[in-house]
Parts: sequence; C-alpha cells; structure tokens
Amino acid sequence: MTSLILRVAVRVLMPLLLMFSIFLLVRGHNLPGGGFSGGLVAASAWALFAIVYGAAAARRALRVDPLDLIAAGLGTILVSGAVGLFAGRPFLTGRWGALDLGGYGVWPVGTPLLFDFGVYLSVIGVVLTIIFVLEEE
Amino acid sequence: MPALMLAASILAGFGAAGAAPAFVRRFGPRAAAWIALVPAALALYYLSLARSGPAGPRVLPWAPSLGLNLSFTADGLGLLFALIVSGVGAVVAVYSSGYFGGDARLGRFYGWLLVFMAAMLGVVLSDNLLLLYIFWEITSVSSYILIGFDHEEARSRAAALQALVVTVAGGLCLLGGVVLLGIAGGSFEISTLIARREAIQAEPVFVPALVLVLLGAFTKSAQFPFHFWLPSAMAAPAPVSAYLHSAAMVKAGIYLLLRLHPLLGGNAVWTWVAGGAGLVTLLLGAFLALGQTDLKRLLAYSTVSALGMMTLLIGLGTPASLGAAVVFVTAHALYKGALFLSAGSVDHGAGTRDVRVLGGLGAPMPRTALGAGAAALSMAGVLPLLGAIGKEMAYEAGLQHGPGVAAAVVAGGLGFFFVAAVAGYGPFRGGTPAAAHEAPPRMWAGVWALAGCGLLLGLWPGAAAGLLGAAAAAAGAPGMELKLWHGFGPAFGLSLATLAAGAGLYALRARVREWVARMTWRRGPEAAYEALLGATLAAAGGLTRGLQSGRLRNYLVIIVLTLVGLAATPLLLFQGVHWPDIDYDLRFGEIGIAAVILLSAGLAVRSRSLLGAVAAMGAAGYAVATIYLRYGAPDLAMTQFLIESLTVLLFVLAFYRLPNFPRLSSRRARGRDAVVALLGGGLVTALVLVATGMQLHHPISDYYVQTAVGEAHGRNIVNVILVDFRGLDTLGEATVLGIAAIGVLALIKLKRKGP
Repeated sequence: MTSLILRVAVRVLMPLLLMFSIFLLVRGHNLPGGGFSGGLVAASAWALFAIVYGAAAARRALRVDPLDLIAAGLGTILVSGAVGLFAGRPFLTGRWGALDLGGYGVWPVGTPLLFDFGVYLSVIGVVLTIIFVLEEE
Repeated sequence: MPALMLAASILAGFGAAGAAPAFVRRFGPRAAAWIALVPAALALYYLSLARSGPAGPRVLPWAPSLGLNLSFTADGLGLLFALIVSGVGAVVAVYSSGYFGGDARLGRFYGWLLVFMAAMLGVVLSDNLLLLYIFWEITSVSSYILIGFDHEEARSRAAALQALVVTVAGGLCLLGGVVLLGIAGGSFEISTLIARREAIQAEPVFVPALVLVLLGAFTKSAQFPFHFWLPSAMAAPAPVSAYLHSAAMVKAGIYLLLRLHPLLGGNAVWTWVAGGAGLVTLLLGAFLALGQTDLKRLLAYSTVSALGMMTLLIGLGTPASLGAAVVFVTAHALYKGALFLSAGSVDHGAGTRDVRVLGGLGAPMPRTALGAGAAALSMAGVLPLLGAIGKEMAYEAGLQHGPGVAAAVVAGGLGFFFVAAVAGYGPFRGGTPAAAHEAPPRMWAGVWALAGCGLLLGLWPGAAAGLLGAAAAAAGAPGMELKLWHGFGPAFGLSLATLAAGAGLYALRARVREWVARMTWRRGPEAAYEALLGATLAAAGGLTRGLQSGRLRNYLVIIVLTLVGLAATPLLLFQGVHWPDIDYDLRFGEIGIAAVILLSAGLAVRSRSLLGAVAAMGAAGYAVATIYLRYGAPDLAMTQFLIESLTVLLFVLAFYRLPNFPRLSSRRARGRDAVVALLGGGLVTALVLVATGMQLHHPISDYYVQTAVGEAHGRNIVNVILVDFRGLDTLGEATVLGIAAIGVLALIKLKRKGP
C-alpha cells in the first residue's frame, strides 16, 4: 500500500484537491460545483491520505473528529436558515447582501453560500466517518 | 389581558415543575413543602378571577393554518376546575413532603406533579380543542410517570402502562373526534363551535365525532368498560391517588363532557351512550367497592362509581342533573381527596391498608381521624356538608327523570355511604388503641383543609353559589340554585332511607364482602385488555423476528420485494406500462456507452473476485455518468463520478480483507436472488418508462430557469435548487446522511466489542 510514488504524489495532490474543493464550493452557485461535489472532492483527498498514511495519521492531520464535522455542518445549515427567521421571514428564506471589496467590485453574498458550506462540511464528515472507521478495521 | 395572564399561569406551573428538582436538591426535602406556594398562588389568582366575573376567550395565534391557537377562557366551568386542580394541588404538595419524608426522589416527584397540574390547568382553561388535546395528552404521560413512581416494582410499572395504554387509546379517539368536529364546524374554538351547534349536529360526521369524543372522556374518567385501570393505578403513592385519581385527572373526562355538553348534547345518542355508560359504571363501581378489603382499592372503586354518577347526570342533560353534576364534582374532589390522603396517613401510621385488620386508630391518630371523619360524613351525604347537597340534587335529578334512574342513583348513594363508613369510620373506631403513630402536621393538615372546605361550603353554600352557578350555566344549565336545606320532599326521604340502609349494610359488612367476592366475575374487561396486549406483543415479536433476522441478504430481499410490491401493484393496476413515444436519435456514442454498462453489469455478476465485481460496478456507474455529461448535465455527471469513485473506495476498504467468493449459497438461493434482483431492476425500468411517458403538470424546471437568477441570485440552477428553493429537503438529506454515518460507525464499533 505504501509505495513511495503514492506517498509523494499524495503530498502534492492533497493541497491541490483541497483548494479545488473550495473552488467548487464557491463557484457552485453560478457554475457546475457546489457544496456537495466540493465536499466529495475534499473527502476523496482525505480518503486518499488515509489509504496511504493510515487512518490514524489522517485523523491527526485532520485535527477534528469527522463526527464533529457532521455536527458543525448541520449546525451551519441551521444557522443559515435561521437568518431568514430573524428577518421575519420563514425558516430557510435566502437573505442577500452586498460585500464591497473596494477596487475588486461589489460581491453579492447570501445565506445560500453559508448553507452550501454546511453541506460541504457535513459531506466531508459523513464520508470520512465511514472511511476512517473502515480503514481502521 | 386576562388571556395572557391565564397562559402565564399555566406556564408558571410548567416553570415551577422545571425548577422543583433543583429546589429540592438545594434546600432539602423538608423545604419541599414551600413548592406548594406555586399552586396556592395560582388558586388565589383563579379565585380572584372567579370573583371578578368570567373572562371571555382570547385568541393568540400559534399555528393558525392548522386552526391551532393559544386561546384560553376563564368562564365559571373552567375556573371551578382550575380551582380544584390548583387548590387540591397545593394541599397534595404540602402533604407529599411529609409522606415521602427524606426520600431522595422527592424533587423528581414534585417536578412531575407540577407538570401534571399545569397540563390539567391547560385542559380546563383552553378554548381551542387542539390545544386542549395537547394538554390532555400531557396529563396522560405525566400520570404514567406518577403512577409508576415506584418504578422498581413490576406491579407499579404494569399499572402505569395499563393506565397509559387505556387513556392514550382514548386520547387518540378524542383526537379523531376533535378533528371531525373541526371539519364539521370550520373551527377548533369551542366557543365558535357551540355557536354553530345546530349546523354541526346536522352534519353526517356528527355521530362518529360524538362517539369518539365520548370514548376519549370515558377512558380518562374510567367509565365501563375502561374502568379497570383506575383500581390498578392504586399502585401509585397515596398523594398521587388523592390528586390524580380523585380530584384531577379522572375529572378531565367529566370536565370535557360538561364543557362540550352545549355542543354535543341534547340528542338521543348523547343521552343513551353517556347516560348508559354512566349508569353501568355507577352500579358496577358501587357493587365492586362493597367487596374490597384494601383501603385504597375500596376508595378507587367508589371513585369509579362516583365518576359513573357524574357521567350519568351529564348524560341526562337536564338543568337539574347538570347542576347536580357540577356540585357533586366539587364535593367529590374535596371528600375523596381527603379520604385518599387519610388512607395514606393510615398506611403510614399503622403499616397496613387492610380494612379487616384496621381499627382503634382513633386514639393514636386523633387529628387524622377527625379530618377523615368529616370527609366521610360528606361522602355519606350527611347534613350539613357539601356532599349532602350534591347527593340531594342528584336524587332530585334522578327522580325527575324516572324511577329507574332514581333507583340507580340511590343505589350509588348507598354504596357511597358504605365506603365512607368503611374508609372514614372503620379504621378509627374501637376502644383498644392500636399500635400506631399520628401523621405529621403537614399530612393531617391536608386532610383537614379538604374536609374543612367540604364542611364550610355545606354550611355556607352562598360562598360557592356564584361560581358553581356559572359553571352549570357554561355546561348548559343556567339558573342553578344552591342551598343546604331542600325541604321535606321525596329526595329528602330517599336521603334518610339511604342513611338507614347504609348503616345496616355497614353492620353486615363482613357478609357483604363475602357475598360480593362470590358474585364477582373472574374475567372482566381487564382480561380482554390483557389478552389484547399479549396478542399485540406476540404479533410484534413475531414480526420483528421475521423481519429483523440479522442477515443483510434477508434485509435486502425484504426491502426490494416490499418496494416492488408497493410500487408495482398500483402501477400494473391503474397505470400500465407503455413504451413512450420518444424519437430516439441514437448515435454511436450512446450505443457504445450502453454496451459498456451492460458489459460491466454482466462482469459484476459473473466475477469470481469481490474486488473485480466492485470495479465492474464502478465502471457501470462511470458509464452512466458519461450519459449525463452527453445530455448537458455536467453538475450531475461530476457528482456521479465522485460518488462512484468513493463507492468503489468504500467497497474496497470493506472487502479488502474478505476472501474471494466462495460459493456458499446453494443454486436455489442464487436463483431466488436473481429473481429478486430482476424484479427490482424491472421495477426501476418500468418507473422510468412511466415517468417519461407521463406529463401531469407543466415541468417545474421552467419556473426554476426563470426565477433562479432573479430571486436566488444564482445561475447554476441545480445548486440553487439544492441550497435555496428546496433547502429544507437538503437539510433533511444532510441529516439522514449524518445519521447513516453514525449508524455505520456504531455497526462496526459494536461488532468489534461483541463476542
């Protein structure tokens, strides 16, 4: 399992895959991507790491328990939904604002991105919970 | 703002319930009696409302689309019951701190007692039927916990479960009735429904609704044939019996009957069903009470009988009988609560509840004896106590109706006299003082308070005349008169006859008991309950063992066959599967992809190695994803690719250490599996064909295309649907995924720890 080529390749691939997953997450609202596929990519990256270096090393590198990621993801979704409540609208109503970045233009930001981030976190948590425990088996 | 204040008073009860355990922990069990200040304060508040006159219903919308509103009303009927609930609640709370002594569970006890009280207040003060139902069920659940308070005893648990099953089954009936009434009347507000009474009674659903509501009231108020749970519930501690089984919970059904009489009454079904059930319960309870030797069971059967009397009076539905029911309810709550409390003190002081052994407690327990004696006089219907007024009014109502009903009511009165003598006089009489000790003041004070109220209201009925009159008016009997002396009439004559006959019956009590014990059937409705419960458990056990075999392959077979059965039957019966008329523009690419899918599927089935099969399934998945790509769904394709990769990875991790396929299953089992697999695949194919050929509505995708950018600021429609338009679905899916992950974790970790 621990071929040198794979070990080195994973070291190079991990940051790329993780950055790609964030990229997918952020662009998802307008172009193919989104929290689900982004989360899957990130989870695949970690899965690769776990296969090559073992689940224990992957857990150490990840720093948080995947179960906590699930909780954090669901919590983020609930928070993004609750924003609508505070504005007097039904739960999960999308709220939008504008983020002025000076010279970089005005960016629309809304609760759907937060929602998608919650999906992203939960997907990573779910996949890694299963993969780690299977790998440790 | 009386409606807000009413809601706040109920909320205060729940709040006190939450704080009670911490309070007892902090200040100790001796200080627990101070908790009684909460119900006492509530009682004073309701008393002040009763003096200031009724407050009409106020509606605070809660879920108005469901017709569910926080609407509370404080008319005479609601306030009368609220006063009984909070007043007796305060007495019971003080008494309990003495009864339980330094018991460490006292905090929990107070918590549930107050939950029960608050829920009961909610029942009697709600003007919305759905809200009432919610409180109604809270009383069932909290009483379950209170009856089973000694949960280490199997008998307590069984009694608690019995009470729960019976009352909740009735609660479901009540819910059905409430919904039907809401449909018929177009509202769930009781005051609105009563205003539309004529129209509702003409609806075809009226009789089913009436019967369902009556069933709910009958189970709660222990009417025949549901009466058996009440004597069983005597496994509860004495304060619980005094509170739930005389003053409060069992009166919920009576309250409901009184409250809904203006809406549901005045027709033959009401009179016959309610009156009939009440009549049977009155006589049966009185008869069975004669044979009891356990002090608490004796009181319980007489409570059943008294509840039957109330139901009968309400069922008759005349102004006289409704007024009698209201007065009798009040008198009964006071004297029966006192007698249950004194039974607890007797048990406490003498160490037994067997009425054949008890005697001579008058000297060692003089204060308890005095209180119990006063309560017993009220129960026996001796002037000048409130019980006498109630009894006389009931006799008059019975006489108005006819000799049959009058005879039944008098027979019930005779039973009450007998029970009163056995419970309130027998244990204390006799010259030789028994070895026992007096209960602490906080216990006998409770008996005195309740019995004293009965005496005061008897001597000075004017004090309660306004409230009781208003209560009777709310139940549909305006202009009730409340007086101690009704003059020399037939009712008074019957009253005297009851006293004389009762005294004779008491003198012969040993023989009466023997006679009743010989006459009692061994198999009553309780046996039917036991049989039904046993059969349900056996059926559930068999079903569980059949479905939950613990073998994954069996689970798969069951799941697939259930799906096929449920989906294919209507499909074939109502829909039929046709090949849709679609212009297939097949190109070389699609044919190639189809070939790859078929080939991979074949390989997956034929492969001799697990990993080979997994890889082949992955290839099939990739090919499907390629189709998405070709038809312009890059999002879907990307997700599918990722999922397929991860699935293969998961399978590899799971199968890595397993040996290659040893052909363990027989040829026949494999044949069966093939049939199941083909059925499942066939179903999905058929569903796809049907879905393609069917167009019920305009496709919703147009809507999404039009609104995605404008309203949701997104150009990727798939993602906008996921995170915005159908965000709730996504939330649900994410939750399911999380639960599945925890399930996998548990499965693997548990297996590791297993044998």
